[in-house]
Amino acid sequence: MEFGPFVKSILILDLEGKRVASKFYSDDWPTNEERRTFEKNVFSMTHMKNARTEAEVTIFKDEIVVYKFIEDLHFYVTGGEEENEVLLATVLEAVLGAIFIVLKKKVNKMEALTHLDLVLLCLDETIDGGIIVDTDAKSIARKATGVSLDPGAEELTIGEALKSARGQVMKALSVENMAMEVGTHDSGFSSNSLADWWF
Amino acid sequence: MAQPLVKKDDDRDEEADYSPFLGIEKGAVLQDARVFNDPQLDARRCSQVITKLLYLLNQGDSFTKVEATEVFFAVTKLFQSKDNGLRRMVYLIIKDLSPSADEVIIVTSSLMKDMNSRTDMYRANAIRVLCRITDGTLLTQIERYLKQAIVDKNPVVASAALVSGIHLLQTTPEIVKRWSNEVQEAVQSRAALVQFHALALLHQIRQNDRLAVSKLVTSLTKGTVRSPLAQCLLIRYTSQVIRETGVNSQTGDRPFYDYLESCLRHKAEMVIFEAAKAITELSNVTTRELTPAITVLQLLLSSSKPVLRFAAVRTLNKVAMTHPMAVTNCNIDMESLISDQNRSIATLAITTLLKTGNESSVDRLMKQITNFMSDIADEFKIVVVEAIRSLCLKFPLKYRSLMNFLSNILREEGGFEYKKAIVDSIVILIRDIPDAKESGLLHLCEFIEDCEFTYLSTQILHFLGNEGPKTSDPSKYIRYIYNRVILENATVRASAVSTLAKFGALVDSLKPRIFILLRRCLFDNDDEVSVVRDRATLYLNSLGDGSVAETDKDVKEFLFGSLDIPLTNMETTLRNYAQNPTEEPFDIDSVPREVKSLPLVEKKAPGKKPTPLGPPPPAPTSASDAYERILSTIPEFANFGKLFKSSVPVELTEAETEYAVNVVKHIFDHHVVFQYNCTNTIPEQLLENVTVIVDASEAEEFSEVGVKPLKSLPYDTPAQTFVAFERPEGVPSVGKFSNTLRFTVKEVDTSTGEAEDDGVEDEYQLEDFEVVAADYILKVGVSNFRNAWESMDPDTERVDEYGLGPRESLVEAVNAVISLLGLQPCEGTETVPNNSRSHTCLLSGVYIGNVKVLVRLSFGMDSSKEVAMKLAVRSDDVNVSEALHEIVASG
Repeated sequence: MEFGPFVKSILILDLEGKRVASKFYSDDWPTNEERRTFEKNVFSMTHMKNARTEAEVTIFKDEIVVYKFIEDLHFYVTGGEEENEVLLATVLEAVLGAIFIVLKKKVNKMEALTHLDLVLLCLDETIDGGIIVDTDAKSIARKATGVSLDPGAEELTIGEALKSARGQVMKALSVENMAMEVGTHDSGFSSNSLADWWF
Repeated sequence: MAQPLVKKDDDRDEEADYSPFLGIEKGAVLQDARVFNDPQLDARRCSQVITKLLYLLNQGDSFTKVEATEVFFAVTKLFQSKDNGLRRMVYLIIKDLSPSADEVIIVTSSLMKDMNSRTDMYRANAIRVLCRITDGTLLTQIERYLKQAIVDKNPVVASAALVSGIHLLQTTPEIVKRWSNEVQEAVQSRAALVQFHALALLHQIRQNDRLAVSKLVTSLTKGTVRSPLAQCLLIRYTSQVIRETGVNSQTGDRPFYDYLESCLRHKAEMVIFEAAKAITELSNVTTRELTPAITVLQLLLSSSKPVLRFAAVRTLNKVAMTHPMAVTNCNIDMESLISDQNRSIATLAITTLLKTGNESSVDRLMKQITNFMSDIADEFKIVVVEAIRSLCLKFPLKYRSLMNFLSNILREEGGFEYKKAIVDSIVILIRDIPDAKESGLLHLCEFIEDCEFTYLSTQILHFLGNEGPKTSDPSKYIRYIYNRVILENATVRASAVSTLAKFGALVDSLKPRIFILLRRCLFDNDDEVSVVRDRATLYLNSLGDGSVAETDKDVKEFLFGSLDIPLTNMETTLRNYAQNPTEEPFDIDSVPREVKSLPLVEKKAPGKKPTPLGPPPPAPTSASDAYERILSTIPEFANFGKLFKSSVPVELTEAETEYAVNVVKHIFDHHVVFQYNCTNTIPEQLLENVTVIVDASEAEEFSEVGVKPLKSLPYDTPAQTFVAFERPEGVPSVGKFSNTLRFTVKEVDTSTGEAEDDGVEDEYQLEDFEVVAADYILKVGVSNFRNAWESMDPDTERVDEYGLGPRESLVEAVNAVISLLGLQPCEGTETVPNNSRSHTCLLSGVYIGNVKVLVRLSFGMDSSKEVAMKLAVRSDDVNVSEALHEIVASG
């Protein structure tokens, strides 16, 4: 993509730099050998760092690498030299957040491998061929676990629920502005699906 | 989220024991995959097997074609199951197996069924899978559903279709472009992600339509953008529009700048940063425009999040290259980042400071850097070295401390690229700061005493040979050089011999002693290669008798003069010569002088200034060999002598007309041959006796001497006809030529391919073209422009100044003059840094009659964009220097 944000790879490595689950979206590494080398380089550049509380970042051969470590897992999101690193960090947090939810807060290598299916589904719901699909951890986790595609139904607070009800009523009265207010909610809900849930 | 890891080592042992995939084996997993064929599907078990397969694929285990096919077929059976979780895994593995076209057909109907399912999850995923594995033919079948999906009320489904559309646009743009209406509708979606994906796709569909992109940006910057991601996209598109429209010349305002500035106050950090970055990257950005962006970046410098600090310092670092003053406000924040835990941030901070620092802060900075160098990676060290080099060029008086720093780090451990960066820097400092020469050369001498890189040793020896003899006491370098002859491998020894000989040739007083050393080199005892002995013999025999006497100028030129032939051409010709054994000695004049490809940037000598890798200049014709071969087969042209130059083809017809014709101008000493390349694009026609009637009434100095008609021109088979002209020797005759294609046309029966017997005479008007001065100039590069310039007779120099009028940018002016003169830009000087107001460009080439020409162009641009140019020409012939001025004056 010429202008859109593009994620070149997501790596999940263990304490020794071995692959737990990695996805490569760019043609820069066509063979598994090149992919392993890339992982090894990224790992050896970063594994001594402390990236446990905040995501860290470096640049490696024209590749921006943002990373964060949790327990015995190292998570990396990489993009091109021109990419917005803050945006890549958002993707990283989205992946981490979603995996945190699907692994029921036990994020470590053992759990990740035991529930590898869920981890891979989280990656699949975050990035499609390098293009960002979603950056909301909860919604990614929901789609990965297949609980429901009506976004956020079970997460709605009373206030939001009331708001959505009001939106529905207003919509019925075809007061466009009020419906807009529900629609503008940032995490991608459409007033329709909220309404479906409410009624 | 992060929890402290208590006992790493114990943990590791445990997990090795319990990994669910411990001892996993492909063969066994493939056996397991047979459960997919069970009549009673066990969804849980099947999911587990798929997970194992996915694990293998993710680890990079490769499946043979047969294995993959078998797994794929088994997986397709799983569509019978109604289990949601299993279906989700089926989608995932189909994508990972990337089935072949004939396999895709098997699964298409199942996926199409899912695409119309009432379960949203099925719809969304089926779309993504199908679009991933499908090809164009299948796409037309499902296009209707995809268009519906784009406007599906479920945002996940809509996003799935839009994301797939973005991918498909790369492979089948013609289909995706038909979805514009739906995508346009989706841009208005209230779901944030749908809007984001729709915006991305819509822009891609329209990206070649400036007006449409501009409209899109105009409406959205005023409307509602619902997610930070979409906002980032919009900022990028806005920058694109700004780039293409430029500044309003009346008000000096930049359209949409206000929008970018407003984004600096957005609540999402990614948007703030995207906007700040976009503003700093505006072309010809003014200080007023920059200020708000710099202020925001400065705030980010002290963020608690490393990513934000990094983003800010990286951007400011780039700004510092073009607007150092704008960044100085951030210097205090920047200095505190030198101790940042994240070394990438620290490195960027240091290099920014080096770019913006003033003379008085140099010493303090150098102290901080010295402590810091030991704990960063080589890549960062190179960045620091390059920053120090430019700092030194900026403050030549500080060379002592900077040179010391460089020589210290040269002695420390480091890889090739790092050492090369240091050596390159020292070499550049030696060249540009005369005071630094002697100490710099000695540092290099010390370095080659213990240098593990042959390439660097030979480069330094070569440089030493050029610069050492010109120093006050050349003899002090001899020891270091001769040590190489004793201690090193054959390549370095050979270089050292050449360097010694240079000292001998240039420093007469040293000659007797050099001769003694060279004679010792004759006993070099390498059995495999005799290059060391050969070189010593050559020098001993050509440098005179070893007495204190001046070396003959021609000998010097022969031994150490620059080779004015492109090395790649030399290599090709030599290889051909070696392959076809002949009694004749190799003739260096047989090497073509045309530069065929870019000079090898990677292999350039350390003496050259590093050139930013800008866009490569248009590759000069690589077909000259082929042309020469064609022309030599035509007896009429055989006595024209050696081909001097062939132009790039000039189109004489519009695209997609009945007959496509272009012309190549071949320049000989007395003659010009026009080669018309003709293509007949009408299947129902056969053309015979094809010629071009040339009207040269506007080219007085040319007279037609021969025509080579084309017997027949069948459909879609390109062929050539030629017309030759005579012209006065030595004069770069120019003129305009009008052309008409004349031929006999015969109808062809397309079913049998046979032409009718009777034809009709017909003519077809072609465009005019001109022979211009640049046609008489060959692009020939020189390796060291300064040396080449200085070795030319200053009396041949002709200097004049020209006003080029208002220009869009300096780049445009520089390119225009380069293409007018048709010379080869040297040392990367054709690349004009962004926002420059002045630029010097070095050109070289060979004028017809084998006259070497060198050109220095100095450009300057004033505030009203008026460009002035000073043109200095040196050449082997004063007339040629004047001729070049004439070209510019009349161009």
